[in-house]
Amino acid sequence: MAETVFAPWDDPNEKPLIRFRNVTKRFGDFTAIDDLTLDIFEREFFALLGPSGCGKTTMMRMLAGFENPSEGAIELAGQDIAGVPANKRAVNMMFQSYALFPHLSVWDNIAFGLRRESKDKAAIAARVEEMLKLTRLEKFARRKPHQISGGQRQRVALARSLAKAPKLLLLDEPLGALDAKLREATQFELMDIQEKTGTTFVIVTHDQEEAMTVASRVAVMDEGRVMQVATPERIYEAPDSVYVADFIGDVNILHGAAKPIGDDTYEVIEAAGSTSVTAVSGRPFSDGQDCHLAIRPEKVSIHKDKPDADNALQGKVLDIAYLGNLSTYHVGLPTGDIIKAQVANTRRVSRRNFTWEDPVWVSWTKTAGVLLAE
Amino acid sequence: MRRAVLIAVPYAWLLALFLIPFAVVFKISLSDIALAIPPYTPTAKDGIWNMLSQLDFENFIFLTEDDLYWKAYVSSLQIALISTVLTLLVGYPMAYAMARAPEQWRPTLLMLVILPFWTSFLIRVYAWVGILSGEGFLNQFLMWIGIVDAPLTILNTNTAVYIGIVYTYLPFMILPIYSALDRLDGSLIEAAEDLGCSRIKAFWLVTIPLSRNGIIAGCFLVFIPALGEFVIPSLLGGSGTLMIGKVLFEEFFSNRDWPVASAVAVILLLILIIPIVLFQRNEQKQVEAEG
Repeated sequence: MAETVFAPWDDPNEKPLIRFRNVTKRFGDFTAIDDLTLDIFEREFFALLGPSGCGKTTMMRMLAGFENPSEGAIELAGQDIAGVPANKRAVNMMFQSYALFPHLSVWDNIAFGLRRESKDKAAIAARVEEMLKLTRLEKFARRKPHQISGGQRQRVALARSLAKAPKLLLLDEPLGALDAKLREATQFELMDIQEKTGTTFVIVTHDQEEAMTVASRVAVMDEGRVMQVATPERIYEAPDSVYVADFIGDVNILHGAAKPIGDDTYEVIEAAGSTSVTAVSGRPFSDGQDCHLAIRPEKVSIHKDKPDADNALQGKVLDIAYLGNLSTYHVGLPTGDIIKAQVANTRRVSRRNFTWEDPVWVSWTKTAGVLLAE
Repeated sequence: MRRAVLIAVPYAWLLALFLIPFAVVFKISLSDIALAIPPYTPTAKDGIWNMLSQLDFENFIFLTEDDLYWKAYVSSLQIALISTVLTLLVGYPMAYAMARAPEQWRPTLLMLVILPFWTSFLIRVYAWVGILSGEGFLNQFLMWIGIVDAPLTILNTNTAVYIGIVYTYLPFMILPIYSALDRLDGSLIEAAEDLGCSRIKAFWLVTIPLSRNGIIAGCFLVFIPALGEFVIPSLLGGSGTLMIGKVLFEEFFSNRDWPVASAVAVILLLILIIPIVLFQRNEQKQVEAEG
């Protein structure tokens, strides 16, 4: 059975649901969003990821209608939404603080938006019951927000924002207030609900793991600019800048000069000149061009004797971070650089092969890393 | 042990400054007027049992017979109620504006609300006499800009009493409402707008219900003292202004009828206890809701 992959962003005929077109937002002299262009498609689970102050919340507030762009246009389903106030947009938002109305019961909180649409009572009741069922809150319908747990409050907030069946649902750090275990469970629940309702979700988060887990595409942001927009795999495996490579997960960066040696293969001569490694890159580099080689620690292996590999460097174990299922070895090279190698702990820790101060070899293949210009 | 001492302090305070004086007043209200010092009989000098056996409810019966008294109570309730509503109408927008003001301005604004307390209450009420009288500043100003030809009669009417009460008790209305609005999470208003409310609708459905406790507290803080108010009606009100505080004063100092004055005071207290109990229940509910 051939499964069609959900990838509307690769289809040139597909019309995006949301278009940011050269959007700039300034607060006084501070530029929160800098000339940003971005398309988000229907049924996508889109994550805006970045450190605090990168402008991701501003983008969300512009979509919700609480801020207007200083320049450029935002289109929702082909229409410029600049002048449309928040209460007239087919967009709902789940607030970071949940913003549940403390004087209303769970039921009334969920019904709040529906009552504004002057629907009849039976239709409202049916929709509220449906939402309660979707978020498994039937038992708590009569309680006030302060009488339920944080996880339940999070689900009330989700139910309330989904009740009006918006074209677009915005989630502002939706899981920030939950503990790690609950957060993980809720991530899957969110994906499940997104799939069931078919709503387009845009999530703002600073937690890269969360973004990678839930999202169909991730936009990595920094200082009001989008650095890269791609699927989680591509963001991780093929970052197109050192910033993205460094922001997502753990990475080793080797800085040097590129020297083409044919077949898209380059030799990277390190700044100090004492070591050189080879890497394959689809992106062309000229002779002597400044470049960075980014390699994920789990793609680096560690050996006692010199292995037969594309790249092998000798060093000394400086530190071992034991993570339970994995161990990360920090190997110091003679040049002073540190290469991190991650190894699965298939043996018990008392029987591990390497310990502090051991001389070791680290190696990786020439296709393991990504060669980046900046 | 230490706990018991800690709890005993407020109770001792209540006993010494509320219950004992009340018992004394209550006892006087059950006595008869006499030309003596103190001006009532019997007193404890007659012996406790002798004294208790001579007490009766004559003065309370007298209060029901003369319609001046119940009219004064009803009129006081009416004036207190109307001025509470007026104070709320003036105070709420002020509190709302303060809570929405930029953060760095709020301490100054709070200070300005409290500032009038630095001057004597009596002087401030006298100042209103100067403003509201026939030749007062207000009339001079109105005639100067040509709105009226002849001076308005404001002083010595109920209108002057309302102005005086609203002015005097405004801070007691503003402060609790401000504190409720200050705590209000701004994202709740945004959430209401996001869910389809207009600005005004969000105000009615979210801001007002969530500042309810502040409104109730402010109303009681104005209503309770306004009910027994004496200085404002006697300085600003006219002969037609009937308030129980004034009646009480006259019984006590003009007629020197301490027993009837005490009976008036006891009834006034009973009337006040109802809103005070309601106020307490509201406070308690608020604590429970937040706890």
